[in-house]
Amino acid sequence: MDLTISKKYQDFRAEVKSFLEENLAPELREAGRFTTSVFSDSGLAMNWQKILHKQGWAAPHWPVEYGGTGWDIVERSIFAEECLKAEAPLLVPIGLQMCGPCIIGFGTQEQKDYYLPRMLSGEDYWCQGYSEPGAGSDLSSLQTFAESDGDDYIINGTKIWTTYAQYANKMFCLVRTSKEGKQQQGITFLLLDMNTSGITVEPIIGLDLVHEQNTVFFDNVRVPKANRIGEENNGWTVAKYLLEFERGGSEYAPSIHFQLQKVKEMAAQAKTTNGEPLLNDHTFRRKIANVEIETKTLKFTENRIKAALGSGQNPGPAASMTKILGTEISQKVTELAIEAASLNALILQPEAIEPGSGVDPIGPELTLTAMPRYLNTRATTIYGGSSEVQRGIIAKMVLGL
Amino acid sequence: MDFSLTEEQRLLKDSLDKFVQQEYDFESRRAIVENDAGFSAKHWQTFADLGWLAIPFSEEAGGLGGGPVETMLLMESFGKGLVAEPWLTTVLMSGYLIENLGSEEQKQRYLPAIVQGEMQVAVAVWEQQHGFDNQVVSTSANAVSGGYEINGQKEFVINGQNANCLLVSAKIDDGNESSLGLFCVDTTIPGISTQAFKTVEGGRAANVTFDNVVLDESALLASGEAVEKAIQHCMALGTFAVCAEAVGIMELLYNTTVEYTKTRKQFGVPIGKFQVLQHRMVNMFILYEQSQSLLLMAAIKLSEGGEEAQQAVSALKTWIGQAGRKLGQESIQLHGGMGMTDELNVGYYFKRLTAIDALFGNADMHLDRYAKALS
Repeated sequence: MDLTISKKYQDFRAEVKSFLEENLAPELREAGRFTTSVFSDSGLAMNWQKILHKQGWAAPHWPVEYGGTGWDIVERSIFAEECLKAEAPLLVPIGLQMCGPCIIGFGTQEQKDYYLPRMLSGEDYWCQGYSEPGAGSDLSSLQTFAESDGDDYIINGTKIWTTYAQYANKMFCLVRTSKEGKQQQGITFLLLDMNTSGITVEPIIGLDLVHEQNTVFFDNVRVPKANRIGEENNGWTVAKYLLEFERGGSEYAPSIHFQLQKVKEMAAQAKTTNGEPLLNDHTFRRKIANVEIETKTLKFTENRIKAALGSGQNPGPAASMTKILGTEISQKVTELAIEAASLNALILQPEAIEPGSGVDPIGPELTLTAMPRYLNTRATTIYGGSSEVQRGIIAKMVLGL
Repeated sequence: MDFSLTEEQRLLKDSLDKFVQQEYDFESRRAIVENDAGFSAKHWQTFADLGWLAIPFSEEAGGLGGGPVETMLLMESFGKGLVAEPWLTTVLMSGYLIENLGSEEQKQRYLPAIVQGEMQVAVAVWEQQHGFDNQVVSTSANAVSGGYEINGQKEFVINGQNANCLLVSAKIDDGNESSLGLFCVDTTIPGISTQAFKTVEGGRAANVTFDNVVLDESALLASGEAVEKAIQHCMALGTFAVCAEAVGIMELLYNTTVEYTKTRKQFGVPIGKFQVLQHRMVNMFILYEQSQSLLLMAAIKLSEGGEEAQQAVSALKTWIGQAGRKLGQESIQLHGGMGMTDELNVGYYFKRLTAIDALFGNADMHLDRYAKALS
């Protein structure tokens, strides 16, 4: 067992750091700092993607022949960690992280040649059409129907929780092409243009008052069959491939740790009734300590998974475990943040966290994001397979129940 | 970071697991812990023959030079069998103190005897009135002609009644200044009275009173700051070791519980088919995985030997205290009425996890320590 961290990555870290120092303009850092969900300000995130693309770093996890960096898993996590520390905006993951791998895995050469460069450069802005009003955790029960009509499909139905559909010019979606057999068997993976006639986007305002989500209606929307990824009725395989590709990708612990440090800063500034910093309060300090310890359990669980991936093993349902832990622990951190922010957390001033707005915060700047994060983070244990679905996966796949 | 085992470590783990599997089924263990000593002299000799009593000692001292990883492997395996032999106190903790504080002559007197399985040594540092603050000591060692006179009481000396020698911390007062001393006390010396008792999970410990116990100078291992540091590190090693034992127990308990719910039928189906129980067992599995991860973190920090080691051990003990209690309680609940019986082994694993939380300072104490050092 070699438990030391190899020194060969130090140069790489230095290179990433100096790149970030040179290229992260103040308004980009502000977009990162004021991020209250897994999405940063849309426009600034795209600006940042263009800068990274110029450097060849927009999609580190892609194979090199499609524009990836060729970094190993350690280098990728060093890059992610340094971006986090520098408060870079989060890249919109829907194209680069979600759709891209599906095209790489199942697309034709022609599809790869057309879509991937536009995705990398940020020319195309993608949204994801998976969930439907009647298909949430039970995704494969989706009903949006694509009827065959010559070289086209004609789509009717509704997609929901479509993040940033209001900005997107492209969508990748799952549609039903057959009602025969098991419900997973009649699903097809399609790409489409959001400006096609018959598509209507309606906003859903979140409980944090942010417009991230939308409902997308399809009324006889004509999509060429050439836009299909993989075989007809084989979309579930494509969708599952994405889940496998995602495994060992992102880590939760570094950003949770980072947010926890911010809670400590907040608690150092806040005063308790006797005028002492909240950070010195025995009870609050122990709460922080408890969450910090649990964050370490996640960090080393992720290290173990990385080590397994590095030596070519398949982590299997470990991704379900880290999703449960990552989301549940980060919710605890956002709870600590609103406790530390106290009354300042109640001030409703969304305009003050719009990057570049120049609006002065009514309370301390540090507490501005506490409540929006607390509210938004409730979603993390619901989306992407709820915590209950993940526990179901572990019960079946690991415990054999 | 590479978490895979070296060839030697894999062989060690295999032989440990094989021993536990062959020699430590539940009924065999019951017989072992019910004999006078509370452990098996035959097994102890096997440990010596297999080299397990030499694991943590340096090669110069005739040991195998094992570190935290080897301790972890051994204690995890021992946890799965609830192994009663006093490796923790005689080999790991006492061995560490003697090897690090003793003179050449003292090392020669004790270490080969420990390695060969001929001697039991116990650590007598905890006192009723000072909890787990091992730096504050009421037991006194007054300088007398040619040696020292010890007075005081030590509590909960693990394996104390079987020890040939006790490592006793005492405040040395030579009239001018006082310092902390550590003594190797032969238990046949007059003035030592031992109140031996069984512990809830089948272990053995003793409260030991020293009443004008006269020692010659050669009994002193060391004094001053070196002793303070060594005791602190010895306690970190012991804490780490029982946490590793707990992780072994947790692995066994969650697996046992899952298997039980696959066979126990109620309402016409195996109870493991109920989602509410499945999710509780998934939580047990996750608690075990988190514990395993934190154990590895502590192994890394202890191997590096830096400042962070103490903090990592406190994080680990806090976590194991909380997670172990939760996982143990869930195991009982999911076993239903059978979980409440002395007949089933689950209760003993549960009681050992409960005991581990109390040993070396419980979750609250270590959380407090961790919180104070928060950065």
